Amino acid sequence: MVAIIDYGVGNLFSLQSSFAAIGAEVTVTADREVLEKADCILLPGVGAFEDAAKKLRSTGLDKTLKELAAKGKPLMGICLGMQLLFEKSYEYGCHEGLGLLKGSVRPIGDVIPADYKIPHIGWNGLILKKESPLMKYIRPGDCVYFVHSYYAANCDASVIATAEYGAELTAAVAEGNVLGCQFHPEKSGEVGLKILKAFVEMGEKK
Amino acid sequence: MITKRIIPCLDVRDGRVVKGVNFEGLRDVSSPVELGMYYSSCGADELVFYDITASSDGRKLFTDILQETARKVFIPLTVGGGINSVEDFDRVLKCGADKVSVNSGAIRNPSLIFEAAKRYGDQCVVLSVDVKRVDDVFRVFAKGGRENTGLEAISWIKQCVESGAGEVVVNSIDTDGVKGGFDLPMLAEVCDAVSVPVIASGGAGKIQDFITLFKTLPKVDAGLAASIFHFGEVHIADLKEKMEQENIPTRRL
Repeated sequence: MVAIIDYGVGNLFSLQSSFAAIGAEVTVTADREVLEKADCILLPGVGAFEDAAKKLRSTGLDKTLKELAAKGKPLMGICLGMQLLFEKSYEYGCHEGLGLLKGSVRPIGDVIPADYKIPHIGWNGLILKKESPLMKYIRPGDCVYFVHSYYAANCDASVIATAEYGAELTAAVAEGNVLGCQFHPEKSGEVGLKILKAFVEMGEKK
Repeated sequence: MITKRIIPCLDVRDGRVVKGVNFEGLRDVSSPVELGMYYSSCGADELVFYDITASSDGRKLFTDILQETARKVFIPLTVGGGINSVEDFDRVLKCGADKVSVNSGAIRNPSLIFEAAKRYGDQCVVLSVDVKRVDDVFRVFAKGGRENTGLEAISWIKQCVESGAGEVVVNSIDTDGVKGGFDLPMLAEVCDAVSVPVIASGGAGKIQDFITLFKTLPKVDAGLAASIFHFGEVHIADLKEKMEQENIPTRRL
């Protein structure tokens, strides 16, 4: 079973539907016991980093996630959910993340040319950097759907895919059982569903 | 590299696609869900559902259909039509829309874009604007293009982007339905005025019109059309193959 974490950030309808479409059992929860039983955990997120990080802390989900990740349960963040896995973010100030991955979240405006539009929105091709079970069904150049204004920086150890947008922006990360996608697999057609399928399979193997 | 998007637009009234469509292999040619799935399988990069229902019963049908589509189609969905308040945003976002397009609603209530962008983020708010030349000036038209608001289009678009519109759909009334190509002079002015993605609408009649659009105006991010896709005059798969041949970045399945 896939547990999608419900912490009041964003709409989970499409995510739920996409797991249902690949035949995965899925539940939306903030309950520790349910998360412990789940085969894999998905951390979604849209909106502001500070707000989302505060919600994780105030509900105690931050500790739960760190514990479960330490036990080896596959945990994947999507979009802001991926950014929350890092040590800190420089979105409107400097805010602490979960620190499960090394690196920080910075404005894409720091690295892309001035004539590139912000946010980075639309379909972009994946540049595969490292082999990862998450990308086992993905070919180089497969397109996925991005919507973001911040990116994960200084995270060479965990980057498994990037996308070219005037600079190489972090698209996906993995370090053992801790995974993340900056793009939205649930909005990335068949390619996105294949990534979610690979994620579910990582949970089944355990 | 970011790809140029191809976006079919479906007008929906009382839960049905309004203009009859003409596809072999579709069980129900006026089901928005089936048509959406079909376009997604052909390589459409995004879908726009435009609600032209007048009744509240029709509104409910529309959101049911939206939800059903979001359950089965995994590409971004933009919804427009009848969006007059932040509550309207909420209503369609809950049913699986990713972006919401405002047109007359923003003209009637200029704070709508700001309020919606504050709550849901700029990326969620799309300004849709119907523009027509009147005495050589670009004017904003309302009520489906029937009423001249007197607003000057470029400054209106700029104002909306400053308020938080994250994308702009520019529909040229002058070229709409003529099938002689997109309105390149109008689009060029909009591209120069704003730094958010610009989506061209109105005038596409054949594959070459999209090629000309993206070659002439590299700043245009997407091309939107309705009937030429519905009637099979342009097949999205063929269009994308041609784009690839012409070295226009495009998403292939």
